[in-house]
Amino acid sequence: MESLSNKKKQLTVKPLNFWERAYLPAIVHGLSITMSHFFKKPVTIAYPDEKREFSENFRGMHSLKRDENGKERCTACGLCALSCPAEAITMTAAERQKGEEHLYREEKYAAVYEINMLRCIFCGLCEEACPKEAIYLDGDIVPSDYLRKDFIYGKDKLVEAPLNQ
Amino acid sequence: MELVDIGIKFALVAVIFGISLVVAMYSTYAERKIAAFFQDRVGPNRAGPFGMFQPLADGAKMFMKEEIIPTNATPFLFIVGPSLAILTACIGSAVIPWGQNLTVGDKVIPLQVTDINVGILYIFGVVSLGVYGVMIGGWASNNKYSLLGAIRAASQNISYEISMGLSIIALLLVTGTLSLGEIAQQQHGWHWNVIYQPVGFILFLVCAFAETNRTPFDLPECETELVGGYHTEYSSMKLGFYLFAEYINMFISSAVMATLYWGGYNYPGMDWVTAHVGPVIGPLIGTGVFFTKIFLFIFFFMWVRWTIPRFRYDQLMDLGWKILIPLAIANIVVTGVWITLAS
Repeated sequence: MESLSNKKKQLTVKPLNFWERAYLPAIVHGLSITMSHFFKKPVTIAYPDEKREFSENFRGMHSLKRDENGKERCTACGLCALSCPAEAITMTAAERQKGEEHLYREEKYAAVYEINMLRCIFCGLCEEACPKEAIYLDGDIVPSDYLRKDFIYGKDKLVEAPLNQ
Repeated sequence: MELVDIGIKFALVAVIFGISLVVAMYSTYAERKIAAFFQDRVGPNRAGPFGMFQPLADGAKMFMKEEIIPTNATPFLFIVGPSLAILTACIGSAVIPWGQNLTVGDKVIPLQVTDINVGILYIFGVVSLGVYGVMIGGWASNNKYSLLGAIRAASQNISYEISMGLSIIALLLVTGTLSLGEIAQQQHGWHWNVIYQPVGFILFLVCAFAETNRTPFDLPECETELVGGYHTEYSSMKLGFYLFAEYINMFISSAVMATLYWGGYNYPGMDWVTAHVGPVIGPLIGTGVFFTKIFLFIFFFMWVRWTIPRFRYDQLMDLGWKILIPLAIANIVVTGVWITLAS
């Protein structure tokens, strides 16, 4: 029957010739291929010991930034949580008290700031949404752990180390 | 005098036994490392330098594991299976000539446990016993996959023993003796049997792959079809014994191939070397050469394993019965005619 697309091809299987049926030449050819791989450099990168070089725009673990005076930049506006497509970010805002001016830059700050690293897809939208340049995905690969609850990172893990006074 | 000889024999037996076990142990390491190199990987490299202690760690793991005997298994036979497998694997080394006679003072020490005049037949007997370990183990497990694996092993070994025996007959026409010690001696100089029996060697090699259940003939333990084959139900060191027996078999069959076809401990310029370094070091160099040949064969076994995919069962039987046996018979005829015309 005529095929509708005119792309139909009749394929025939050619019978094997004597050397193909003998199989030994094919084995020798196969052995030479594997032997050529024997002397190739392994492509392995022994991960925890050595690391693949990341590209400049690699997005890893989040960090909450401090300004030049060591104050936390985040003002708990919630735009990052709103922009997050995976709904990984939650926060609780609090008002800055008197005497805390050296800790927080704005009058409102995040008392609790949690990212669920199992939900996060590392898309970087929180970074883009942040009006205060407070969050960046400039960290390393998120390390492994045993329990799900340990993947909910709080401020203790996210906030940058304080500046050395 | 008598007592000293017996002591030397026992020492030799112990040394050969130890060497077979160590070689088998490090074959597992070599296999993983070589597999890695063939696949552009690194292989085990955590336990010790270059992962050298990996076999020890594996062995310790095997001993520590829980020993499970399934409820419906036949307990006695279940234990006999792996024991028989490792036993038959180990006793094959008794007739292999590991080197020329050592001469210490006025004492001549043969580097062969026993040079019985039917050495090849002994090897064949041991090899055919080897399949009982697999069969008994597979049957005693009371598991259909194990049983299928055992049946496959049995029929495969029987089929390939025939062509193996036939390929040996052609070799016997050339050598005129069944003693492995004499066969090794005859190949002194460049009279290696592989030159006279190239077809016979290839047949023997293929059959050796089938007899040791190595890829491309590893159907008895074919994971994709039979879970684990005959050792599906085995755990702990009983499984270890099965795996170990395979590697010892590989070592022994490499030794047999090196002895029968590749000149055993002979190497070019042997007399000159022996004359210069003395009657103790000389034969030991020969032994070293012999082991080099064995290791090259073991490497070849592994090289083939990571090159050729597994045969289908009907292909295996086709190859054994329709190709190898006729070829072996033709080889005997051609060898016979050639010898008759030459003499």
